[in-house]
Amino acid sequence: MSHFTPVAALQGGALIGTSALLCWVLLGRTAGISGIVAGAAQASGAERNWRLAFLAGLILAPLVFALAGGALPVPEVTRNPAMLVVAGLLVGFGTRMGGGCTSGHGVCGLARLSWRSVVATGTFMASAVATVFVTRHLLGL
Amino acid sequence: MAILAALLAGLLFGLGLVVSAVVDPAKVLGFLDLAGDWDPSLALVMVGAIPVAALGFVLGRRRPRPLLAASFQPPTARALDSRLIRGAALCGAGWGLVGFCPGPALASLALGAWQSWVFAAAMLLGMAAHAVWNLRR
Repeated sequence: MSHFTPVAALQGGALIGTSALLCWVLLGRTAGISGIVAGAAQASGAERNWRLAFLAGLILAPLVFALAGGALPVPEVTRNPAMLVVAGLLVGFGTRMGGGCTSGHGVCGLARLSWRSVVATGTFMASAVATVFVTRHLLGL
Repeated sequence: MAILAALLAGLLFGLGLVVSAVVDPAKVLGFLDLAGDWDPSLALVMVGAIPVAALGFVLGRRRPRPLLAASFQPPTARALDSRLIRGAALCGAGWGLVGFCPGPALASLALGAWQSWVFAAAMLLGMAAHAVWNLRR
């Protein structure tokens, strides 16, 4: 429990929720990151442009946060390049196959009370917890 | 206007990931490690996000269309099929292996860790692979 940061987590969550709220009320879209990335690659015209703008905002967010005087977190990645590649392939393929990721199913889908998203969220949570158990506690990685 | 709204929404999403430190894979793995020194923070990110997002969907019901677009476009898939389960299981395995999922991987590109770039490139490749696989089925 030593790293528990409840206030920052709730604040960050509220910002993510606000983003999803704006996406729906203003644009009529759900804020699922994997779907937005895939759409940005496959769509054209206005359908591509709003997605590219969203992704630009997402990628530039740390710079805006730093300019506003915030202390940026430093990502701590303990995995080697081969594992990064395997994990990236699994997440890329899996999110498209399952029609969403932690944001599309885990936030927007649950907020919409979608059964698909409840099942997907339960599944990827269980799969991730099992993967961490195996890699950390059985393999010692 | 729609472009500006999308930029703002992306910015808020990224700020949320930065503020809550979900951009740090160590933080994510701490949440997923139930058998270790468990950090429940990520659950509170969802607790903070879901009610606000839900408010957006409730507000949307009272309007014929979004403020800056022609129509609401909810996800169309309905079936609880094996693709949903298999896809989510694969995605979860990748998430647990490193601690990155799509949003945080992209929001951490500017934070100076080269690992984000490797993961994001592989993720795009995985998405492209799915598009090809899907066409061949």
